[in-house]
Amino acid sequence: MARDLEEYLRPGLDSTPFCPGCGHGILMNLILRAIDELKLSMDEMLFVSGIGCAAWIPSPHFNADTLHTLHGRAIAFATGAKLFNPKLNVMVISGDGDLTSIGGNHLIHAARRNIDLSVICANNMIYGMTGGQVASTSPLGAFTSTSMDGNIYRPFDLCKLVLGAGAPYVARYSVTQPLLLVSAIKKSLSIQGFTFIEVLSPCHTQFGRRNRYDSPADMLKALMESCISKEEAEYLTKEELKNKIITGEFNDGGS
Amino acid sequence: MGYSDINSTLSSGHYYFSGNEAVAEGAIAAGCRYYAGYPITPSSEIMERISVRFKDVHGVFMQMEDEIASICSVIGAVWAGAKAMTATSGPGFSLMQEGIGYAALTETPLVIVNIQRAGPGTGQATRVASGDLMQAKWGSHGDYYIIALSPWSVQEMYDQTINAFNLAEQYRVPVFVMGDEAIGHLRERVEVKAILKVFNRKKKKGAPPFGANQNNGIPPMPSFGEGEKLLVTGSTHNEIGIRKTDDPEVHSRLVNRINEKILNNRDRITRTDSYHLEDAEVIIVSYGFTARSALFAIEQLRKEGKRVGLIRLKTIWPFADKIIKDVGQKAKTIFVPEMNRGQIIGEVMKYANCEVIPYNQTNGEIIHPHRIINGVRRLL
Ligand SMILES: Cc1ncc(C[n+]2csc(CCOP(=O)(O)OP(=O)(O)O)c2C)c(N)n1
Repeated sequence: MARDLEEYLRPGLDSTPFCPGCGHGILMNLILRAIDELKLSMDEMLFVSGIGCAAWIPSPHFNADTLHTLHGRAIAFATGAKLFNPKLNVMVISGDGDLTSIGGNHLIHAARRNIDLSVICANNMIYGMTGGQVASTSPLGAFTSTSMDGNIYRPFDLCKLVLGAGAPYVARYSVTQPLLLVSAIKKSLSIQGFTFIEVLSPCHTQFGRRNRYDSPADMLKALMESCISKEEAEYLTKEELKNKIITGEFNDGGS
Repeated sequence: MGYSDINSTLSSGHYYFSGNEAVAEGAIAAGCRYYAGYPITPSSEIMERISVRFKDVHGVFMQMEDEIASICSVIGAVWAGAKAMTATSGPGFSLMQEGIGYAALTETPLVIVNIQRAGPGTGQATRVASGDLMQAKWGSHGDYYIIALSPWSVQEMYDQTINAFNLAEQYRVPVFVMGDEAIGHLRERVEVKAILKVFNRKKKKGAPPFGANQNNGIPPMPSFGEGEKLLVTGSTHNEIGIRKTDDPEVHSRLVNRINEKILNNRDRITRTDSYHLEDAEVIIVSYGFTARSALFAIEQLRKEGKRVGLIRLKTIWPFADKIIKDVGQKAKTIFVPEMNRGQIIGEVMKYANCEVIPYNQTNGEIIHPHRIINGVRRLL
């Protein structure tokens, strides 16, 4: 974590719980960078998270009000807090399993209602905390502790899902695209209404090792290679798009 | 903060409410300004009335996507500073259980109204039962304590809902109003007083929000947005909210405190009404709608000179252990009629040192007084 962002961290904490190579630490940095650039007051921020590794990004690390909730329910808790006290600037940070599998219903309904929340989904394509089980976001063929022969079910396209539910701002970036991500987070914090950013955040411990990435660096490199912008994607054939991750803003909030 | 007298939002006087309407009015009177729920018979009229009446008092009403979302959004609103409530019935109450355990561990004051219907499963949605009393106490995993009230009249649906908010705020605990279909849909005259007593959350800047040894084990409660940089978590936590997920001492201290802050105050919380206990040979222990039939029954039997009495449990949890222990030493028999297969009788047997006889009915109908009269007659 860059020293200049230390003031945003809760005093007395000296390390994060994340494994070597985990993308969640990078994301943590980028979220704070966006808040810093917008000069938001941490006294008005409320960070809500569910259960999982990603849910630990804000809690207890961020020096603001934090609400660490139940697995899958962060958005429901956040809805109550935001509606009762609209002055709170509410950001939800949680994992893909949390927000889109067990919590999928709350996600689509909050998007449909256009509740003023900034939702950041740290997608590592696996259930990290519980030991690497297959997720609703695991790619076809992925090896996990519950898909030892390769995942046979298609993953969600989370951005399309949330777009379909009516969210005014939807974006996808990887932690390997830090500048784009900071600008997307800033946008999401500035837009009134439901915003959703899917952040690809590698999990080497649970996903990488099972899927033949020898080191966290290999995994990051592979992620960089598979991420292409939506503008680039327009010129590629279906075949060329296989195994690519399309990044960009899919609904830019009208800006 | 603490108890203060406030003016009623409704003008004082008499109203003709259904039980469910009375719950909505009681909640508003007590200061409830956030409500989230999901439609379910026989409780839906509560949410319908709140959705209209909240406009007058600037409350926030949300119809959520399910009961899990309802309880969770209520907890979120409470930490944002609201007094908040949800209401439901059997299937919805089951869905709320994980959230209830979260509220107990995070010491979140809130009110849950369960207008009980005949279960299990979808059962009979429009029929009465009192099958969820054990679930109210034991429904979520782990060891925790809650408060559960059992109104028997429309007046009490109003009064007990106010009381539920006061107890929730005073003890920082989820409080249940365990109504049922019969009382929810009954219409009766309700007296609304001009002045009512309301408890408001205790706050103390900088005080640890989960600390022990303050104020009888009940810590003050700050809200989001007050600059306290709160750490709220449903994992085991220390007094300022830092997760401590492998410290045996922190865990046992926290679990003990959230139970004992209620149990140590049970004499202040638990309420009963007694009728004709003086010389009673047979004592009926009853609660909720059934207690109406029980009162009718003992009055009938008293006219015949029979020595029968009644204890009505206005509070189910914490259980009225002392009075049951006491009458169990004097009476010959305790008779416990219930609209379930025998739930509260188990508690009575724990404390009563005399014969305890059940009367159980699970047919979706109220227990008619003549059944209680016949049952008691056999014991005399
Ligand atoms: C109701 C419930 N079911 C299951 C769990 C166990 N659990 C804890 S974390 C987790 C998965 C987290 O995965 P994800 O949200 O993708 O976050 P990650 O750890 O990968 O960052 C699960 C299943 C739980 N806590 N609660």
